[in-house]
Amino acid sequence: MKLNVKIMPKNGVLDPQGKAIENSLNQLGFNNFSEIRQGKIIEIDIDEEEEKAISIAEEMCKKLLVNLIIEDYEIIFDREK
Amino acid sequence: MKASIIVFPGSNCDRDIAVSIKKITNLEPVMVWHKETSIPESDLIVIPGGFTFGDYLRCGSIAANSPIMNDIIKKASDGLPTLGICNGFQILTESGLLPGTLIRNDCLSFLCKTVSIRVENNETKFSNKYKQKEIINIPIAHNEGNFFANEDTLKKIKDSNQIIFKYCDQNGEVNEKSNPNGSIENIAGITNEKGNVLGMMPHPERATCKITKLTDGENLFKSIYEFLS
Amino acid sequence: MNKITEKMVEEHGISSEEYDFILESLNRDPTITELGIFSAMWSEHCSYKSSKYWLSQLPTKNDFVIQGPGENAGVIDIGDGYAAVFKMESHNHPSFIEPYQGAATGVGGILRDVFTMGARPVALLNSIRFGETSHEKTKHLLTGVVSGIGGYGNCMGIPTVGGEVEFNSSYNDNILVNAMCVGIAKKDKIFYSKASGVGNSVVYVGSKTGRDGIHGATMASAEFDDNSEEKRPTVQVGDPFSEKLLLEACMELMKMDVIVAIQDMGAAGLTSSAVEMAGKGNLGIELDLDKVPCREERMSAYEIMLSESQERMLMILEPDKEDIAKKIFEKWELDFSVIGKLTDTNRLVINHEKEKKADITLDILEKGAPSYKRPYEINIFDNESIQEDKYKNESPISILKKMIESPNLCSRRWVWEQYDHMVMTDTVLLPGGDSAIIRVHGTNKGLSVTSDSTPRYCASDPFEGGKQAVAEAWRNLISVGSTPIAITDCMNFGNPEKKEIMGQFAGVIKGMIEACNTLDFPVVSGNVSLYNETNGKGINPTPVIGGVGVVNNLDIFSDQNFKRINDLILVIGKTNGHLTQSIYANELLNYKKGLPPKVDLEEELKNGLALKELITKRLIDTSHDISDGGLLVALTEMSMKNNIGYKVNITKENLNSYLFGEDQARYAVAIEKSKIEEVRSFLIDKNIFFEEIGQTNKDNIIFNDEKISVTELRDLYENWFNNYLSEAS
Repeated sequence: MKLNVKIMPKNGVLDPQGKAIENSLNQLGFNNFSEIRQGKIIEIDIDEEEEKAISIAEEMCKKLLVNLIIEDYEIIFDREK
Repeated sequence: MKASIIVFPGSNCDRDIAVSIKKITNLEPVMVWHKETSIPESDLIVIPGGFTFGDYLRCGSIAANSPIMNDIIKKASDGLPTLGICNGFQILTESGLLPGTLIRNDCLSFLCKTVSIRVENNETKFSNKYKQKEIINIPIAHNEGNFFANEDTLKKIKDSNQIIFKYCDQNGEVNEKSNPNGSIENIAGITNEKGNVLGMMPHPERATCKITKLTDGENLFKSIYEFLS
Repeated sequence: MNKITEKMVEEHGISSEEYDFILESLNRDPTITELGIFSAMWSEHCSYKSSKYWLSQLPTKNDFVIQGPGENAGVIDIGDGYAAVFKMESHNHPSFIEPYQGAATGVGGILRDVFTMGARPVALLNSIRFGETSHEKTKHLLTGVVSGIGGYGNCMGIPTVGGEVEFNSSYNDNILVNAMCVGIAKKDKIFYSKASGVGNSVVYVGSKTGRDGIHGATMASAEFDDNSEEKRPTVQVGDPFSEKLLLEACMELMKMDVIVAIQDMGAAGLTSSAVEMAGKGNLGIELDLDKVPCREERMSAYEIMLSESQERMLMILEPDKEDIAKKIFEKWELDFSVIGKLTDTNRLVINHEKEKKADITLDILEKGAPSYKRPYEINIFDNESIQEDKYKNESPISILKKMIESPNLCSRRWVWEQYDHMVMTDTVLLPGGDSAIIRVHGTNKGLSVTSDSTPRYCASDPFEGGKQAVAEAWRNLISVGSTPIAITDCMNFGNPEKKEIMGQFAGVIKGMIEACNTLDFPVVSGNVSLYNETNGKGINPTPVIGGVGVVNNLDIFSDQNFKRINDLILVIGKTNGHLTQSIYANELLNYKKGLPPKVDLEEELKNGLALKELITKRLIDTSHDISDGGLLVALTEMSMKNNIGYKVNITKENLNSYLFGEDQARYAVAIEKSKIEEVRSFLIDKNIFFEEIGQTNKDNIIFNDEKISVTELRDLYENWFNNYLSEAS
């Protein structure tokens, strides 16, 4: 089962990277956007059925992948694969 | 004669470079703010090390899109000697002036230490004062100094003698053990095809002072000066 | 408006007596914003309520002190029109909760304390302490803290040149992260935080305010329990890039004659900076929070006043000079906003959304702040001695091998290579020695810097431990040939409401007072971190001393590395073989009882000044303080860099005590052959005790008849961190 874990800075937590990218895009003339936040995506292939795979991914997130103090995560999977 | 030193928000070796250039050569350092749109009349452009724009997104990527870069790209392409050190090297690859890219150190951490590098080509504007295969000691300080290029690019770089410095051990051996950051073929510094743009991860400006017992960087600045005079 | 309940008062860490005083002074119930303000200002962190009584007894003056405690940082005169500005501060609890960000923002905070005074930061040091190496959290905390410190300092372009790393079970649930910053300013261009000029503008600069770290100051003063990992949302995120811009903008503005007063927004954010600045000037201050640049929507007055968002400063400007400042901050793309003005009312008035949210007399907040002389009891361990030394018949070299690959004695290279210690190109003596030396840019003068503490000594005898911490810092500055000038301190202790903990604090301070006086080494700044305690178990008392000295001529200094073979090795100071509380006893024999070595301060002074004179006369260029691990470890450390070993013959009855004991006031030195006679007669003349114990030797260490190569020992010494971190936990 292929899963993507999308990790984003929590709402309200300062995201210096997003802020810097936003300023730079502004300076390059892109003005028609509002808020940029930078996160990351981690692909994992878990050799289990859907339900089990999700619960394993959850555990991975909590134990290692995500810094729960400053980040939120979402587990996304592609059923076609 | 003048050297333009480009200052971006987050540059932090700008002063160090200016001090070294002034001490070793007769070039007058001029600080140029990244928001300028043209480089003042000068004989050398230097992009110093630091953490431009916090190294956010990718190292050097935001700086490479600063207003001053258009003129730097134009002048460097016209042949004006241009030197990028550390973050400056990253900016030069991001802007397309130099081939390849710099990725995270294979040790996965920032690394600050004095390393040995070997002069691979002493027939350039930047290295004519060194002996061919001379081993010099210069500090590095970076998190993303791992030079990478695909096979084709690497072949081109080699074919046109663009590799100037390689990491080595104290005896000049270039091998995995003497590679501090995982750079392909231990590459520490390369030029563009024309040979007028040099990017290097080690900091020659940190090796220009007797009191810190590191002086091997002096010849790099002397080389440039000799070429210009 | 919400009625203030007993529970809310308690949650704000305000005692019922303190609350009664608030009610009486205000003559009404406080608003929630006011309650937050009181809570922050009266927290241990801001008010020093448990420690003030003792701290005020520390010596704070000598001929070099320009500014002692009470400002953002201390200031000393280093000659030629320059001043050094320095301070150390803790960021312990935030680093335990989120090691990377906690350590990073700790570095950010101490940097602001220094550059807010007009000094360009030139050196950072970090004293970090973790639980025992086998503890499940240690690896995670160690790697996080080290990369957080590096991440911030490296990006700022300020070299991290020194510090300490210690592992001890007392820090299992309460790690310590103490950061020190040293800056250099023109002596006549120091900026202070005392506000002046009724009608002058209060200006906010830097990053925007978010909900970061709300109640961080209160958190930093509360004892931990098992649920504290859930207090996480309060941790701030550092943005070193913004801080770098703030630094450059401030430096640019400070060149002009514009700033009346300036202070960084650190712990307790806008609250403490506004209150302290106006309070020092005996003025009042009125703020309009609608003008504060906010990152998040719908922030309340309470949140804005208590936010600990990083990279912000508060300044007082004359209104007609606002434009000059504004231009500079706009150039650096930082927020600039006039958020209020100074008044003559002695009141703090907060307006937000057309409502008055707070109105408090500053005297109540500042001078009314509680100060306790808490009950204390100074306990010292029994004077016991080691009955059975299980290594009695083992060879010294084999013990030495165990010692130098132990976590508390091995090389810290893995740590300091992650810090840019060479940027600014003024680092003359790199990390890894007794002190680092930083050149004063553009001169031939240097500053020596060190940070030291021996908590196991303080736990067994607080008074001797307090003396020792100061003496060791002094010794480390002496052994590079510098003149020690002054110190900053970071006092990390457990719960002061317990009389034995308060006794540790009192005892340590008494010891420090004695050492500061004898060595003429006053305290110019500092920080206190109490309640470093989890489930009733406190840390070892840890007074970290940051020392600063001056090298007047950089052509003459000393370092610890052997330079020539056949140099004479000499030990200055008497070795009695004091073994209890040594690393040998505590870690190899696992014997934790007994007293630490006594510190004879007169002896320290005599031996140290003699060594310094020998260095100044160019008779000695290789010297090392003998401390943790004792004599043989010191000699081995001197061998590593240049691959020059030593040949020593010593036969004694209690050989291990002699070789691994930790008697104080000692230095190991190596002397060039041609200079031996002169050194000998100098020391005899001055009545200094010394022993000639051997010679430096090519490539090998030879002890009596046993031989080992320096390379073999270096491998053990250098590899501990990598091995430890690569083994699966």
